[in-house]
Amino acid sequence: MPGMGIIRGMGVTLKNFVRAPHTVQYPDRRVGLLGAAKHAGISPLQLVTSNPRQAAKALFGMATVPAKIEQSPRFRGNEFTWYEDRCTGCASCAKYCPLGIIEIVTHPGGIDVQEGESYGIDVFDIDIARCMFCGLCVEACPYDALHMGSQFEKANYLRSSLVISKEQLISNAKRPSSWFRPQFEAQEYNPWKGTIDDHHGAGRHEQPGSKKLTERWVDNR
Amino acid sequence: MSEQYLDNSLFRNIYCYLISGSEGCTARGYEAGFLPAGMEWLAFLVTAVVMALVVINLILGGVIGVIWGERRILARFQNRRGPNRWGPFGMLTSVADAIKTMFKEDVLPFEADRVLYTMAPILMVLPVLLVFTVIPLGAGTFIVDLNVGVLFVLGITSLGGLAVMMAAWSSGNRISIFSGLRAVAMLVSYEIPMALALLGILMIAGSMSLGAIIAAQNVPFILVQPLGFLVFFLASLAEMNRTPFDLNEAESELAAGYLNDYSSMKFGVFFLAEFAAELAASALITTLFLSGWRGWDAIPSHAWFALKLVGVMFLILWVRFTLPRFRIDQILALAWKGLFELTLINLVVTAILIGIWPQPTTAQLWAIAAINWVVFFPAVWLVGKVLTTKPYESPSVAPGQSVYPVAVAQIPASSSEGCD
Repeated sequence: MPGMGIIRGMGVTLKNFVRAPHTVQYPDRRVGLLGAAKHAGISPLQLVTSNPRQAAKALFGMATVPAKIEQSPRFRGNEFTWYEDRCTGCASCAKYCPLGIIEIVTHPGGIDVQEGESYGIDVFDIDIARCMFCGLCVEACPYDALHMGSQFEKANYLRSSLVISKEQLISNAKRPSSWFRPQFEAQEYNPWKGTIDDHHGAGRHEQPGSKKLTERWVDNR
Repeated sequence: MSEQYLDNSLFRNIYCYLISGSEGCTARGYEAGFLPAGMEWLAFLVTAVVMALVVINLILGGVIGVIWGERRILARFQNRRGPNRWGPFGMLTSVADAIKTMFKEDVLPFEADRVLYTMAPILMVLPVLLVFTVIPLGAGTFIVDLNVGVLFVLGITSLGGLAVMMAAWSSGNRISIFSGLRAVAMLVSYEIPMALALLGILMIAGSMSLGAIIAAQNVPFILVQPLGFLVFFLASLAEMNRTPFDLNEAESELAAGYLNDYSSMKFGVFFLAEFAAELAASALITTLFLSGWRGWDAIPSHAWFALKLVGVMFLILWVRFTLPRFRIDQILALAWKGLFELTLINLVVTAILIGIWPQPTTAQLWAIAAINWVVFFPAVWLVGKVLTTKPYESPSVAPGQSVYPVAVAQIPASSSEGCD
């Protein structure tokens, strides 16, 4: 019977018509009455009585709730995470950067018995505006002090305010991406769920015990 | 002179509030209006203007709704959400688009014929608006019930082809001319099956008035005239340039087709005409085949009409989102080899049945419906056989023979050497 192919094709399109849309709404999401009540954590009836304006907007499809989208833990965001305590100021990151956008200024620091000489860090600036997020600096860091960040909502009006200074790096929430950092994945850390504030948790080596710390290689000769 | 129109509820509800001392209004329970008895002409004029404004604005508002609905439904067919940001459920998106279109620069091509170029959009939208004058929107709600309503609709919609040709020619653009010629070939071809498909209905209803056709539909004519519905539906898709018959503005081949050079509100008016044509065709199919505003009394007649209208519109969109575009030769073959035959079969069968049962009762309508459905399937099968294209057979090549139609030996040696 001619025309059966057309009818079958229309069946296929109708199946897609009743399917839920794949669209992910961002930065906010339109919700109906049920969605608005669920976001507020109350029943729809409570929403109508407590917040009739929001309920009316929800009924007309105009109510919005903010939508946070979780990315992969390995997602390389528009920022960096830096642990001052792990950084020796060796400037490997600055040397490996193909664009030369990391500026590090150091002064001679104290002498640690175990680690030897170290540098005090005066300036640690990363010009995010020119960064291409290749991650070579993170690969180069011998002490796991510098990590790719995970957040990306950093839109700004000035190029100059896209330069991340040392103070910002210290004060930012520490949500390192697990890109090129297998130890984060081993401890099942997710930057979209929590932070790693302690620098000991960020290293790829185990935290040395007190015996290891006092042990000197010369003693074993 | 106005007394004869008082059965029209749209007319009555405006006129009777204006005039005083009208017997027809008093008999229908209206109080006296503020105009004195001698001013019937003024009341009539005001009523006519108000009715025209109401219906035209209804159509224009409807077009905004149609565009919004089409975008939402298209999105759902593609597993998207569609416009949902501006206004309730994104309804104001088309309003914003309309305002944006109005503020665009109006470009007049250097080689354009200024008068025809300006007239074409107007001529495009005029017939579509005029179609609504004869369509009853509910019980007693119509502008005028012409006794030649169907003929009027068929005649007035033929102007669309002229408008397309005018737009194409006056642009002074060869791509537009191509598009216009293709469009006119298609529009003229589909006029014929469209008109013939309605003859069965006219025979059964015994009238060309749309009100009388609705009154005759004790059984919806989609059941009584399946072939007529199929042909009329396809022909109206072609007449309003919807996919799969949208070859006069095939984006991949002709840019925007005949409205290539149009911009600003002239382009907007073309767009408006296209969507209003969709509205008009849906209203016409509702009236002719789905028994118009008739239905169970629990739901008001206007709601019935709107419900059926939306249903037909969804069907049009559904076909659009499923089927790809035809080639020009396939479209013309469908019109002349397919739909034309189907209408003739339908015409002969219906004529014989009406010869047996002139002015059929409801039971006889069911009998006609049954016979027509028995005829429907073999007829469609037969036409499908006629229209089926042969599958491509790859030519058999003898061993040692070149597969190219032109022997390689015939190609000049110099040119084949120069290719390295």
